[in-house]
Amino acid sequence: MNIFVLMKRTFDTEEKISISGGKIADDGAEFIINPYDEYAIEEAIQLRDAHSGEVTVVSVGSEEAEKQLRTALAMGADKAVLINIEDDVEESDQFTTARILAEFLKDKEADLIIGGNVAIDGGSGQVGPRVAEQLNIPYITTITSIEINGETVTVVRDVEGDSETIETSLPLLVTAQQGLNDPRYPSLPGIMKAKKKPLDELELDDLDLEEEDVEPKTKTIDIYLPPKKEAGRILEGEIDAQVKELVDLLRREAKVV
Amino acid sequence: MSKKIVVLAEVREGALRNVSFEAIAAGKKIADGGEVVSVLIGDNVSSLGQELFAFGADKVITVENDKLKQYSSDGYSQALLAVIEAEKPEGLVFGHTALGKDLSPRIASRLKSGLVSDVTVIEEDGGETVFVRPIYSGKAFEKKIITDGLVFVTIRPNNIDPLPKEEGKSGEVTSLNVNITDLRTIIKDVVRKATDGVDLSEAKVIVAGGRGVKSESGFEPLKELADLLGGAVGASRGACDAEYCDYSLQIGQTGKVVTPDLYIACGLSGAIQHMAGMSNSKVIVAINKDPEANIFKVADYGIVGDLFEVVPLLIEEFKKIKAS
Repeated sequence: MNIFVLMKRTFDTEEKISISGGKIADDGAEFIINPYDEYAIEEAIQLRDAHSGEVTVVSVGSEEAEKQLRTALAMGADKAVLINIEDDVEESDQFTTARILAEFLKDKEADLIIGGNVAIDGGSGQVGPRVAEQLNIPYITTITSIEINGETVTVVRDVEGDSETIETSLPLLVTAQQGLNDPRYPSLPGIMKAKKKPLDELELDDLDLEEEDVEPKTKTIDIYLPPKKEAGRILEGEIDAQVKELVDLLRREAKVV
Repeated sequence: MSKKIVVLAEVREGALRNVSFEAIAAGKKIADGGEVVSVLIGDNVSSLGQELFAFGADKVITVENDKLKQYSSDGYSQALLAVIEAEKPEGLVFGHTALGKDLSPRIASRLKSGLVSDVTVIEEDGGETVFVRPIYSGKAFEKKIITDGLVFVTIRPNNIDPLPKEEGKSGEVTSLNVNITDLRTIIKDVVRKATDGVDLSEAKVIVAGGRGVKSESGFEPLKELADLLGGAVGASRGACDAEYCDYSLQIGQTGKVVTPDLYIACGLSGAIQHMAGMSNSKVIVAINKDPEANIFKVADYGIVGDLFEVVPLLIEEFKKIKAS
């Protein structure tokens, strides 16, 4: 089975966010594989081990994403591809990323494409469905289980807490939801092996794309931090008196109940 | 410049979801004096059309087909693209719900358009419509404009107020016949897991537990309090990882991002990842034994104490008020 994983490099969830020069400041920040993409990588590896084949992890971004791609290789992916847009693309949005990924994937004869259902930075969750639409293949988002049995694929999808069991077929694109699996940590031998695995770097030129083809459809005009919350009130006294006071405050001051 | 905006209505268990009315209000704002067309897709849904008029829709179109009884991306996109073809709108609004998140990127991609997801505020700035959305799960915000293609947005439930309901306002529901073919994904089974129907992302009140809840049964008093307040139960990653509850309840940077009117955090330390998912709630109450817990930094009201003592007292107090 020919499996592709869509991966994004994101800020570590531990990071505090600050802004400098109208942009999110990233100097000194730790970066990780988007946690939802980690589920996607793990699932791809497990499916390859069960059905044989190959796992290729693809990322659109800058040279820095090599580190996260190496981590994916160390987990057990076979190949990695970095589509480096740093020099060609000044501004991008989900249209840009999806267009590039679809262009890359269109002649790869992928049986299965897996991505995270959302990236924890931009949080839009658009790229998976957009790529599937452009490749004209079915997609299922927020999956918590996938089983492949010959031609038939059975997927369980999380829908706001409900579970839908869906039947479909390959080729297919799915996006991972939490609960899909427990991503492995790269082992030491895995890390050693990853150094020798292929990591190709492509640019827009290699995909026959011009900058105009991937021009974003939206523009960010401002980024700001939420207003700092003032410290609240810690109630005092006997517990039952505190509870009475709290209920009173919620009703009369905050007016939320 | 006034625009025509198509707004997708969503039905859950036979009733319109609140976000459908919020989407009409968002559509009105973007339409800038233009027409808002509310679309109902499903099987046997036209009786719900009048309520959409009452909440401000100028026109209601239904696409009914037994193949649309359950949501599928293939079926719904055929239906919606037919409506777009007939109405030629300048923009579309969806709820940022499981359905909206699944469907809107596909339609936007098909129409070579951008899409601003998870919008919490819509503003006018010098004749331009500006969309505000949280990024980094609410650790920051960005303002976006659409520069090319149709105006596509999904709105986060609970953030944009619906227009006041005009009782008695009605209109004629138009039905559009669409031939639905080739569904490539088929729903075989649905298991309802959500407790008592209040969805976490739409809940006005959330009672959330962390590691301090200590066990699966420790969530019982939290559920009782949530039920009493017509709310939903949520959890921190710690509580989910410890298997006290299902991952579908997780709130945080991985998990759901919520903005209820009232968030009651019980036995929850307030890891930065969790706070990203809830710190934009309108009012936050923290109950924790540890006075140094991070959660007190974002709380409007805090009680330093054992949740197993405080929560039952809260239940008792709210019951008294309900009875009086």
